[in-house]
Amino acid sequence: MRSGIVSYGTYIPRYRITPKDIGRVWGQDGVMMGKSLNIRAKSVPAPDEDTITISVMAARRAMKRSNVEPSSIGAIFVGSESHPYAVKPTATIVSEAIGAAPDLTAADLEFACKAGTAGMQAALGLIEAPNEQIPIDYAMSIGADTSQGAPGNALEYSASAGGVAFLFGKKDVIASVDLTMSYTTDTPDFWRREGMKYPSHAERFTGKPAYFRHVQKAAEKVMNRMGMEPKDYDHATFHQPNGKFPLNIARKLGFTKDQISAGLWTPEIGNTYSGSMMIGLAGILDIARPGEKILAVSYGSGAGSDAFNLTVTDNILSFDLGRSITVKEEAKIGRYIDYSVYLKFREKIKMEGE
Amino acid sequence: MSVARFWRKQDQRYNLMGTECQVCGRKFFPNKSMCPVCHRKSIGKMNKYQFSGNGIVESYTVVHAGMPQYRSQVPYILAYILLEEGDHILGQIVDCDPEDVDIGKKVEMVFRKLGQEGRSGTIYYGYKFRTIL
Repeated sequence: MRSGIVSYGTYIPRYRITPKDIGRVWGQDGVMMGKSLNIRAKSVPAPDEDTITISVMAARRAMKRSNVEPSSIGAIFVGSESHPYAVKPTATIVSEAIGAAPDLTAADLEFACKAGTAGMQAALGLIEAPNEQIPIDYAMSIGADTSQGAPGNALEYSASAGGVAFLFGKKDVIASVDLTMSYTTDTPDFWRREGMKYPSHAERFTGKPAYFRHVQKAAEKVMNRMGMEPKDYDHATFHQPNGKFPLNIARKLGFTKDQISAGLWTPEIGNTYSGSMMIGLAGILDIARPGEKILAVSYGSGAGSDAFNLTVTDNILSFDLGRSITVKEEAKIGRYIDYSVYLKFREKIKMEGE
Repeated sequence: MSVARFWRKQDQRYNLMGTECQVCGRKFFPNKSMCPVCHRKSIGKMNKYQFSGNGIVESYTVVHAGMPQYRSQVPYILAYILLEEGDHILGQIVDCDPEDVDIGKKVEMVFRKLGQEGRSGTIYYGYKFRTIL
């Protein structure tokens, strides 16, 4: 059998803020902003949450839903643009916190919003490699972020927090990865220099030559090679920097709203960056049936897209989804905070002695 | 706290790793090298035991004047929790207001930041708790 996803877990912080509250502070019509971005609320990490805690929570939930021994995981990758340490891996802490250490390889990856899907490809590669050369049966890739937009910047309406862990293997696969291909160019649409707190972006340049071109090319490459057309898929999910872009690219490629509804979460929780498309895929798996076909395409600024063609297997019927919370359930639980509490939580207030 | 001092207890703080007495079956957190009930008979029979992190609030207090590192979290809740496998643990309850907590409420373990050594030092992680909705 083809290798693929054996288990998965997601984590969305509980706090939320609405575009209305953000807009009120900056003299903008937040309600209109939320409507134009198609975002009703975004998740906010608690003061004691970061990419490491989110990664651990997602990884533990993935382990809860599977009977795989943590010690049999041979690789853990964590993709994020908000690793708490500049030097000191997030992946080692995750490895220790799920009981996978010490007999494994681990690394942190960075590629804007698609580091987690680059990790998915790396994980699959290790599993598919000849066992006598690389004896790895299970590998995990996590996409997690607690991204920030500069106060008052348009990004502030969307940049949220969340994470997803996918466990890959060859046994008890619930969704096989039939094909994965990428499209990568040097397109500086969004960046953050070393030591800078907030990212910069090239405004409208982030659209056509960046997001839309890369997602479209990667999606078409995979569909062409698979001999698939949009109508052949049951579900599709695309990177979701806001709630509008994925709708536009879906329409452009020929997918209907029904096909993308199970994998569209930015409207409820904001853009979780490295977690964005992966949460979409998790949301689809939450409701998937055997035999269903899924197209999942990530996008990372800078820029590149990873596209995956997946097929849900019969094992989904015996998969213990109920051992953890679904994306839909967790997206619904929100504790709303106002902008001043948000500033405090995100350490945007200059404190005495700083 | 020194880096090494925290590192030695990572297993406890990350994974609620305690001990189980092979003689009477009692579980302890934090770990004990000898069972306080079986005494000598338990020597060499204390095995590692990982607690699930599920429990109930046995008592709690609301901290209004907390440690400087927790100033963004006041008022925060510290609870004395009875773990489902037995033994008690003191832990913070997060993601809720003081009025959401009550004696007898079910809680689950979450993984959170406990503190850090300034802006350039290491960050400490470990268990906290959250009420089960």
